[in-house]
Amino acid sequence: MLPEIAAENPTALAVQTEYPEAIVDAKVASDGLVLYISPLLLTPVCRLLKELGFDRLTAVTAVDWWPRSPRFEVVYFLHSIKNNVRTRVVVRLKEAESVESMCVIWRSANWYEREVFDLFGIEFRNHPNPERIMMPADWEGHPLRKDYPIHGFKYSYQDE
Amino acid sequence: MTKEGKKSKATLQIEDAPGAAPVAEQPTSGGRRMTLNMGPQHPSTHGVLRVLLELDGETITSAKPEIGFLHTGIEKQFEVKKYQQGTPLTDRVDYLSNLTNNLGYALAVEKLLGLEIPPMAQWMRVMLCELSRISSHLTWLGTHALDIGAMSVYFYCFREREEIMKIFEMFSGQRMMTSYIRIGGLALEPPRGWHKVVSKAVEQLAKGIDEYFNLLSKNPIWCNRTKGIGVFPVDMMLDLGVTGPMVRAAGVKMDARKDFPHTSYDKFDFEVPTRTSNDVYGRFEVRMEEMRQSVRIVRQALGGMPSGAWQADAPHILLPDREKMKTQMESLIYHFKIVTEGFRVAENSVYQVVESPRGELGFYVVADGTPNPHRVFMRTPSFGNLQALGAMLQGQVIADSIAIMGSMDFVLGDVDR
Repeated sequence: MLPEIAAENPTALAVQTEYPEAIVDAKVASDGLVLYISPLLLTPVCRLLKELGFDRLTAVTAVDWWPRSPRFEVVYFLHSIKNNVRTRVVVRLKEAESVESMCVIWRSANWYEREVFDLFGIEFRNHPNPERIMMPADWEGHPLRKDYPIHGFKYSYQDE
Repeated sequence: MTKEGKKSKATLQIEDAPGAAPVAEQPTSGGRRMTLNMGPQHPSTHGVLRVLLELDGETITSAKPEIGFLHTGIEKQFEVKKYQQGTPLTDRVDYLSNLTNNLGYALAVEKLLGLEIPPMAQWMRVMLCELSRISSHLTWLGTHALDIGAMSVYFYCFREREEIMKIFEMFSGQRMMTSYIRIGGLALEPPRGWHKVVSKAVEQLAKGIDEYFNLLSKNPIWCNRTKGIGVFPVDMMLDLGVTGPMVRAAGVKMDARKDFPHTSYDKFDFEVPTRTSNDVYGRFEVRMEEMRQSVRIVRQALGGMPSGAWQADAPHILLPDREKMKTQMESLIYHFKIVTEGFRVAENSVYQVVESPRGELGFYVVADGTPNPHRVFMRTPSFGNLQALGAMLQGQVIADSIAIMGSMDFVLGDVDR
């Protein structure tokens, strides 16, 4: 289902014709198209987007909307050098839900997905090296989650 | 992820070299491999980067960069600060080009607010960002030359950089952590006599840049150590997320200042330099040419600086003038509201790209209707560039690894955030 605002965007139309069930929602932001994709169809849609000219995966990140449900949004920033266009692909995930790794399509996803796993605890299936990247390997918890306090769990400044 | 599945960070098994091509077997040391830890305290890594090198004689068979030693949770801190309190945090990310970081964050929040920035502030932003590009490239040139063995360049570069630091101090009161580009315009009115000081410094820089270029490009040792070193296929570079002078030295004309113009960069006449040699020397040439283009932009800004306001007209977002605050009730109320409560931004998100000296710097700001940003993600150029290090070092000689790392020009504060 393509909302009216994105109905004339060629990228959105191409995805819509190829995978009609994939697009959950779409909008046009100031930096380009934003596509909300169903997590089950992420891999085929990303393959299609790469064929459409999005040769660079600029970054991957996540947003925690706790206590809302679905809790997480994983955001993929795509860039096409040839067409000079940027697009965001967003996948909404429930707590403890995992998503397919994009490393096979764009190799730059490797470190970014590790970072999202490290800081948000979102698991990427079939990731070649699913380890922590920023925090020490024995760290407990995922610091960028909204229910993780800014000062960590070790100290509490409210008790004093 | 189960606990057993997680390997310790110190595991010497090297598997994280995305995109690395298998190296042909070279009978150099009878098959005996040696693992070498480069860093986290190695001087040529310019910060706290650890690279696990597996060596076969002098040849690197695999390299695994390990980061996170400088992770300070800046993105988490953004979430407990108000929008206007975030600007000083951006200074501390890439501490060699802090004005570019200020600009990226300010532009992102301004887009969310729909603020219109007066032309004088925009031109001033361009001028200062280009000066900070020159200062960042000068730091790179000095330290890179020092790594390879040319010591005197370092002193010359830092002498010129000092002039730019003095300009920043004159504008903002700070040499490095300027926080001069704020949401809605500039932090302070430009100081009296800035035009004269900047023009004098720019003339000196223009001469200096040519001098340093000749100093190195005619140096046979420098040329031997950089020409033809560190060649890496360009499609692999783009696939691994490399941006900035690295891809421009490989012939890809990618520059956010031209591709996605912001801050009236479209009103300036400048070139995006590219080379096709794709080696350490090509990256050196591209950065030197970029400095010349920056001098060109600063000269244009000096010649055509518009007059007018240096802040947007938005009393509910920007702190009022001190004098007005003391004499007008309305300004006092705005001042009180901004300081105690901050300003609210409607639920929305934006990804703003600016061209940092190191490559593509993106700020993804998510607003949720409160005075605090819900999420600020920084797509830092050094993180993307460093990801290619493992693949780039594979098959190279260990002495060249210093030249290659230097040519990438990463800042570890920018990588770890």
